Amino acid sequence: MVDAPSDHSVASPDDIGGRPHELFSAARGLGKELWQDKPGFIGLLLLVALVLVAIFAPLIAPHDPAAQSLRERLLPPAWVLDGSWVHPLGTDNLGRDVLSRIMFGARVSLLVGTGVVVVAGGFGVFMGLLAGYFGGRTDSFIMRWVDTQVAFPGLLLALIILAVVGPSMTTVIVVLALNGWMVYARITRGVVLSVREEPYVEAAELVGCKPARVLYRHVLPNLTSPLLTLAILEFARIILAEAALSFLGLGVQPPATSWGLDVATGKEYMFRAWWLVTFPGLAIGIVVLAINLLASWARVTSDPQEREKRFARFMARRQAGAGTREAIAK
Amino acid sequence: MGRFMLKRLWHGLIVILGVTVIVFVVTRMVGDPVRVMLPLEATAEQRVAFEKRLGFDRSIPVQFAAYVGDLVRLDFGDSLWQRRPAMEIVFERLPLTLQLTAAGIILAIVLAIPLGIVAALRPGGLADRLTVTVSLLGLSVPQFWLGLLLIVVFAVQFRVLPTSGAASAKHIILPAVTLALPALARLVMLVRSSMIDELNQQYVKTASAKGMPFIRVVGMHALRNAAVPVVTLAGWELIRALAGYTVVVETVFAWPGLGLTAIQAIERQDLILLQAIVFTVAIMVVFINIAMDISYKMIDPRIRLA
Repeated sequence: MVDAPSDHSVASPDDIGGRPHELFSAARGLGKELWQDKPGFIGLLLLVALVLVAIFAPLIAPHDPAAQSLRERLLPPAWVLDGSWVHPLGTDNLGRDVLSRIMFGARVSLLVGTGVVVVAGGFGVFMGLLAGYFGGRTDSFIMRWVDTQVAFPGLLLALIILAVVGPSMTTVIVVLALNGWMVYARITRGVVLSVREEPYVEAAELVGCKPARVLYRHVLPNLTSPLLTLAILEFARIILAEAALSFLGLGVQPPATSWGLDVATGKEYMFRAWWLVTFPGLAIGIVVLAINLLASWARVTSDPQEREKRFARFMARRQAGAGTREAIAK
Repeated sequence: MGRFMLKRLWHGLIVILGVTVIVFVVTRMVGDPVRVMLPLEATAEQRVAFEKRLGFDRSIPVQFAAYVGDLVRLDFGDSLWQRRPAMEIVFERLPLTLQLTAAGIILAIVLAIPLGIVAALRPGGLADRLTVTVSLLGLSVPQFWLGLLLIVVFAVQFRVLPTSGAASAKHIILPAVTLALPALARLVMLVRSSMIDELNQQYVKTASAKGMPFIRVVGMHALRNAAVPVVTLAGWELIRALAGYTVVVETVFAWPGLGLTAIQAIERQDLILLQAIVFTVAIMVVFINIAMDISYKMIDPRIRLA
C-alpha cells in the first residue's frame, strides 16, 4: 500500500470525539489536499464568499432589495453608458437594485439548499439505516417504497402539491425533500449491508450494545465520506431546482427575493434590459459550478481507488519533473 | 420473458396506484379543491353547487371509488379553464411535448457518443479536458437561463431563429437544444468514463494486437460494452425530460406542449386539467421504464430477466 505524501487520514467522527491535536492534523491534511486541487479550492473559496455574503447581506448590500424607485427604473450596470456606481449592476423594472437583490437572493438559495439536504438527508439516512440494519420485511418494504418513488419523477407530484397547498419557501423545501430522500436511503443501506458483517459490529452487538448505539457509534461513521459527497452534489441540484421552481412562479413568492424569481421578472424586459436576466442567472451558475468543483474533489478524495489513481499521476509528474533522483530516493 | 413482463407490469401498476392514492390524498384531503378552484368571491350556494357537480359532497371512500373509476376510463371531467374534456386538451398538446422530447434526447445521444469517445481516446488530453470543462459548465448553468440566453443570441441578435411558439419546423431548434444540453453534458461524461474503463480492458489490447483496425476495436468492442450504462442513463434522461425539463423549456419558449399547459393549469387553478396531465405523463413514464428494462436484455445478454 503506497502512502501519498498528502495522504493524511480523512477526519472521521471518532477523531472528533478524541484528541484535539488529531482533529487538527486531520483538518490540516485535508486542507493541504484541497490546496493541491486548484479547481476544488476555488470552488470552496467561492462558496465561503457566498455564505459570507448571504449572512451579512443586510450590512453589505448597497440598497434595500425591496426598495422601489420609479425614477430609477431599468438603469443599466455601472460600466455601461448611462450606468452609475450607485447601482453597480443596474436596476429592475421597479427601480430595485439588482446587486442587492442578488445578495439577498443568496440567502434563499442557501436556506432552501441547507433545509432540503438536512430534511431529505436525515429522513433518507434514517430509513436506509433501518432497512440495512433490520433487513427482512422492514428492508423490503422500505426499498420497495424507494424503488416506486424513484421510478416516478417527482416534479409531477410536486406540481400537484404546489397547486393545492400554494407556493411558499416551506412548501418548496418540503416538496424537494420529498423528492430527494431516496438516494440517501439507497447509499446508506448499501454501506450498512457491507458493514453489518464486520467483526467490530458483531463484537459491539455481543457486548450488548443497543441497536441505536451500534448504528450511531459503529455504522454511521462509515457513511461520512459517501454521504458528504452526496450531500454536496444534492445541494447543487437543489439550488438549481429551487431556481427553476421560482422561475416558474411555483417557488419563492414576491416580495421575497430569489434568483429564479428575478430571472422570471427580467424575462419580461429581456430585450430592453439584458442585465436583469444575466446577473441572477450568472449567480446561480457560478454557485452551482463552485459546488460541483468541490464535489468532484470530495469524490476523488473519499474514494480510495480514485486516490490511488491520483497518487499515481502525482508520482508520474514528480518523476517527470525532478528526474530519476526522486524516484531512487523513494 | 413472459414472467418478467408480468412482474414489470405489476410493478408499474403499483407505481400508478401509488400516484393515484397520493394525488387523491393531496387534492381531496390535504387541500380544499373547491377553495382552490373557485374564485374568492364565490357565494355559499355556488360552493355547494360546485361541490355537488364535482361530487365532493360524497363520503371519502365513495369519492375514491368514483375517482378510480374515472381514471380507468381516462375521464377526468371538463377542464375548468377551457370548459371541455381535460383529456381532449391533453391529447391535443401531447404530440408537441413528444416531438420536443424526442428531438432533444436524440440530439443529446447523437452528440454525446462521438464526443465522449473522442474524449476517452486520450484521457487528460486537450479534447478530454475541453469536453469535461464544457460539460461541467453545462451542468452548472440553469436550464431556463440557458434558454433565455439562446433567445437573446439567436433570435434577437442574429435574428436567425424564432423566439417562441411552435408555428414552423424552425421553432423547435432552440427549445430542443436547450432541452438537450444538460442531458448531453451528463451523457458525455458517462460515455467518456465507460469508454475509458473499457479501453483499458485486456480484450481491447488483444483485439488491437491481433491487428484489428482501431476504429473497429473502439466501435465494435469497447462501445458495445460501454453501451449498458449509457442506455440506462439515456432512458433516465428521456424520463426526466418528459416529466420535468419540458415544463421549464416549454415555459421559456412558449412551446404549447403539456408542460406549458400544466403551468397554465396551475395559474388558472384548474386542478382537473392538471391531474389529467400528471396521470398521462405518469403512465408514459411507467411504460418507458418497462421498455428500458427490456432493452438492457437485448444489449447485454448477461443480464438475466428475473
